[in-house]
Amino acid sequence: MSSLGSYLHRNPRLRLAGLLSAPLLWLVVAYLGALAVLLVSAFWTVNGFTGEVVREFSLQNFRTLVTEEVYRAVTLRSLGVAASVTAICVVIATPMAFFMAKVASAKYRHWLVIAILTPLWASYLVKAYAWRILLANGGPIDTLLGGPGNGPGYGLFATVLVLSYLWLPYMILPIYAGLERLPDSMLEASADLGARAGRTFRAVVLPILIPSVIAGSIFTFSLSLGDYITVQIVGGKTQMIGNLVYANIGAANNLPFAAAIATVPVVIMVIYLVAVRRSGALEEL
Amino acid sequence: MPNRRWMTAMLAVGVLTLAACGGGGEESTGSGPGGLEVPKIDKATAVGAGEGQVNIVSWAGYVEDGSTDKSVDWVTGFESETGCQVNNKIAGTSDEMVALMKTGEYDVVSASGDASLRLIYGGDVAPVNTDLISNYKDVFEGLKNKQWNSVDGQPYGVPHGRGANLLMYRTDTVTPAPTSWSAVFDANSPYKGKVTAYDSPIYIADAALYLMKTKPELNITNPYALDDTQFQAAVDLLKAQNELIGEYWSDYTKEVQAFKAGNSVLGTTWQVITNLTKADGAPVEAILPTEGATGWSDTWMVSSSSKNPNCAYLWMNHIISPEANAGVAEWFGEAPSNKLSCALTKDKDHCATFHAEDEAYFDQVWYWTTPLAQCVDGRTDVTCKDYAAWTQAWTTIKG
Repeated sequence: MSSLGSYLHRNPRLRLAGLLSAPLLWLVVAYLGALAVLLVSAFWTVNGFTGEVVREFSLQNFRTLVTEEVYRAVTLRSLGVAASVTAICVVIATPMAFFMAKVASAKYRHWLVIAILTPLWASYLVKAYAWRILLANGGPIDTLLGGPGNGPGYGLFATVLVLSYLWLPYMILPIYAGLERLPDSMLEASADLGARAGRTFRAVVLPILIPSVIAGSIFTFSLSLGDYITVQIVGGKTQMIGNLVYANIGAANNLPFAAAIATVPVVIMVIYLVAVRRSGALEEL
Repeated sequence: MPNRRWMTAMLAVGVLTLAACGGGGEESTGSGPGGLEVPKIDKATAVGAGEGQVNIVSWAGYVEDGSTDKSVDWVTGFESETGCQVNNKIAGTSDEMVALMKTGEYDVVSASGDASLRLIYGGDVAPVNTDLISNYKDVFEGLKNKQWNSVDGQPYGVPHGRGANLLMYRTDTVTPAPTSWSAVFDANSPYKGKVTAYDSPIYIADAALYLMKTKPELNITNPYALDDTQFQAAVDLLKAQNELIGEYWSDYTKEVQAFKAGNSVLGTTWQVITNLTKADGAPVEAILPTEGATGWSDTWMVSSSSKNPNCAYLWMNHIISPEANAGVAEWFGEAPSNKLSCALTKDKDHCATFHAEDEAYFDQVWYWTTPLAQCVDGRTDVTCKDYAAWTQAWTTIKG
């Protein structure tokens, strides 16, 4: 044991390799490996009746994805939902995060962070089902709006609403973290140098804010894009990409086609990440 | 730069390794629906002492050990009698059942007719030696050796119970009371947005059944055997119906809640759901419409890779015994499969209510059957749409 120790001591490169091999293995096997399986199996097919996977290369799944109009419609719908959820989260989160980071006193700030985090401790399912009851015919939201049927009911709007609620903390926290790094003295300096609020916001706050917002949007966007449980609970008859993946695994037992569908959000996210890479948002994560 | 090249190389290695594994692993025969043959699997020849446990996949309400309701328990007695500890896994849909049985981790399953053939031809379940099941002789003859539970006269399980997919409506909003499935297909329905339907590809058969009665020119003789034209007609009908639908249901709690709140006022249901909704105080009724209905007949089947075959056989014998069968039938709300069960139900009218002995009633019920490319109605001049096509169409219908 001690000889191994001294051997490693004399060979820093080996030491580094030993240290890094476990996390690297984890990254390659668990993460890239799973992605690779997904990509490979998307090219397989399934025997329609026995459900056995046929391991022969075929483009059939992708052909169906491209030619059948329903998959385009569902993709666009999912993109729309993800974009709306992200926009709503930005609008709500920015003032909240600004208040937490710059206005509230240190003592309250602490409690505000806890308040933002507490919903994350409750089960996703419980929260979604609670919303199902809130949105039910004649439920609390209907009553607030003046009677049964006045609320949004179940459907696309309800889906956006509930997803925004669920993912809001993931938007608040990165913005809060970004703004907290902005020293108050910089805001004061900007004022001392004669900048008005608007100018200070544009020149000092915005450069910090934008990468944080993009960092948060990566969470809200990708989580919404892949969601299927909320849609099932409050979405009425709405289908999103996640539902198609689920239906093809659960109902059809067609893992290859599900994998092909699952490449759609992967591609969308890769495009998104490449697009925002230059903004410096990835360093904010 | 070099580190990106390194990452690409790693990724490529990963893909190649996996591709190689895929090619070299268990090669599937890929026989396709054209050359269907039942895999050769031996059936049990004797039942020995129990192995100590049995792993079951079942519908909610089929395997009750008193934890849901103290008075509902037909598991505890079985466990102490046979020493077979019952581990139950509830499946929400037939498709989930099939997926679970493919894992090979379960011994017994309560498969409905839309799953049973897939399990049989997939080699996931073994033929059943009914001589080893003493209660089999008391099962209604009308349930034995049917298209969905046997192949060439060889039973693949023991019939459990049967029921119809009924039409449920809220009595306070839906007037006059519906008598026909047209209530859920009528494009001018006053209940637009509050109609519900079962969320499964097999629901296409409900549309086919309706067309069978209303569009005789399509010549549909069996709602599970649809050629291109017939299938397209059913899909079109369902696409039009999608405009009326508020939501599709697949788990029963969701439907109970939707009918209670009034988000749904009209749609397909099971008797057990109607009972639960009524128990929660909502004004609902369920009827068998004039066109008849689709329905289900469940079969307890034993896995071909069962690690506890003795306990599996003991369970199958137990669950169709008059006492247990009566208990399940009454709790779940279905017609029992054992003739002797009718005398043991707490509600003496149970068998009458569920038409257990009424073959004429069940003649109006088309039990779920897996759609095959070889038309199950016996036609040989056309190819029918198989279940994979039904599944893809279902996605399109929901839009």
